[in-house]
Amino acid sequence: MSRTLGDFWRLHRLAAVGGALVVLFFVTGLAAPVLTPHDPNQINVRAALRPPGVEYLLGTDNIGRDLLSRIIFGARVSLYISVTAVGFGMLVGVTLGMLAAYYRRMDAPVMRLIDMLLAFPGIITALTIISILGRGVENLIVAIAIVQIPQFARLAHGLTLSVKDRTYVEAAVAFGASDRAILTRYILPNCLPPIIVQVSLLIPGAITTAASLSFLGLGVPPPTAEWGAMLQNSLQWSRRAPHVMVIPGLALMLVVFGFNVLGDGLRDAMDPRLRRVRAAASPQSRANVPASPAGAG
Amino acid sequence: MVVYVARRVLASIPILLLAVTAVFFAFQVIPGDPARLYVGSDASSEAVEQARRDLGLDRPVQVQYFDYLSRLARADLGRSMATRRPVTRELGPRFLNTIKLAAAGILVATTIGVLLGTIAAVKQGTVWDHLASVVALMGISIPVFWLGLLLMYLFSVQLRILPSAGNDTWRHYFMPTLSLATFSLAFIARMTRSSLLEVIRQDYVRTARAKGVPEWAVVGYHALRNALLPVVIIVGLRFGYMLGGAVVTEEVFAWPGMGRLLVTAVSQRDIPVIQGALLVFATAFVVVNLLVDLLYGFLDPQIRYR
Repeated sequence: MSRTLGDFWRLHRLAAVGGALVVLFFVTGLAAPVLTPHDPNQINVRAALRPPGVEYLLGTDNIGRDLLSRIIFGARVSLYISVTAVGFGMLVGVTLGMLAAYYRRMDAPVMRLIDMLLAFPGIITALTIISILGRGVENLIVAIAIVQIPQFARLAHGLTLSVKDRTYVEAAVAFGASDRAILTRYILPNCLPPIIVQVSLLIPGAITTAASLSFLGLGVPPPTAEWGAMLQNSLQWSRRAPHVMVIPGLALMLVVFGFNVLGDGLRDAMDPRLRRVRAAASPQSRANVPASPAGAG
Repeated sequence: MVVYVARRVLASIPILLLAVTAVFFAFQVIPGDPARLYVGSDASSEAVEQARRDLGLDRPVQVQYFDYLSRLARADLGRSMATRRPVTRELGPRFLNTIKLAAAGILVATTIGVLLGTIAAVKQGTVWDHLASVVALMGISIPVFWLGLLLMYLFSVQLRILPSAGNDTWRHYFMPTLSLATFSLAFIARMTRSSLLEVIRQDYVRTARAKGVPEWAVVGYHALRNALLPVVIIVGLRFGYMLGGAVVTEEVFAWPGMGRLLVTAVSQRDIPVIQGALLVFATAFVVVNLLVDLLYGFLDPQIRYR
């Protein structure tokens, strides 16, 4: 085991750093209530805009809320939004992509719908959905999930097409296995590894999109501690208290960086030859959802 | 080539038609009454009914849909609920501003990205390569709005040498362009590096070297010309995304473009403007994609005959 870890470290030093950042993000998010030194929403005007120090390790914001506690709870909010949205997007996208590839008569209508979704940059799609559903965390999740659907659908479609004519699938057909069994027991398991890599590559985009929308005032409503929302009016305090602007952005960047290098490492580990092809096929996969980029605007 | 162009142009029409249909029907399910949104929440019920008739909202949905299509064909996108001006008049100048910003962004991203990627590939494994990789990784990880805030803090708040909002002079372009370009720059640099590394090992590059062609010409003429083919696609696609995805950058720097208009329209629930902006974004994106495909077909004859 230790030899394997050592090999991994030598080969993918950067990916290991990314993995550590991602683990830290998950642990912080999950254990937020026991980790915070203060109540993240406790206002204390007398302690406003304190620089980082002993009482407030990362300082306070413009109404005296503890920045460290808000960063920790912000991790929880980002984790919840990104994992649920990408998970939901994966479920719907993979199902659509697999069905379209397996049943030929579904192929054209489903994939044209996916093409249509891809005709809008991720953040625009998300903005539209929010303008229809209204603001709020749940609506934000739905918006970001819909942005992820075409990414997963395209991947699953391509993978299913490449797998469905293999001998073991033909054998299952010959043995009279039902379509459902063939899809879930024979095709899906063989499509899973690239889908898992895709998850790790789309989560940072989902985090950035959520933060961007909250920054624009269209995502997580106040007073919830969310990294993008925390940056909303930070520039006006920046002369007196630059930490209010620097710290939430840094947290956001480190997490996104962690997922990006981890995703790169996983992709290389699985198939180094695919690296370029996929990068060319989905230029927005890191952004957007940025996509962009959803958040890449 | 003519067949290829015609096929590609025809293929993009259904996508646009689908986008129009989706934009129309998506706003049919919006909670709340559009007629009331139009006249304001304190208007009388007679005024609401009058607005419903004026806007044609009392007719069946399918009639409204075909009416919408026929108005679109005449470039009529309706009137803004907030300003009561025609949507096309609201969008026109804003779209021009967005194109200007995106053009500046893609120019910077391509120039620096290709340069960075080339240096990294030619000096593979050296400190230059690592430096370029780190810059590229930072570029794809830094949130655009945070980069914008940091630039503003440095150049507008601390040094006071650049204006923080607006688009009047060339100095206004510096920060928004850099913010918008960074992600694409990083992406282009990574793509150029990996593509060039592949090409540099090809036989014709070895032949050029064996003939005694100077190294700069080997890289700049023989290798880069072929390596840039996939980069062209990325540049085109990124430009399409910049046109639509400049929302955040425009908001940070108060750039009077389409993205900023869309954000305002969403907060005011100004449906005609939202619909109009979405259609312009989708059309721009589809047209840019089409041009990229055509350009690629022109550059690489193999694609045309597939």
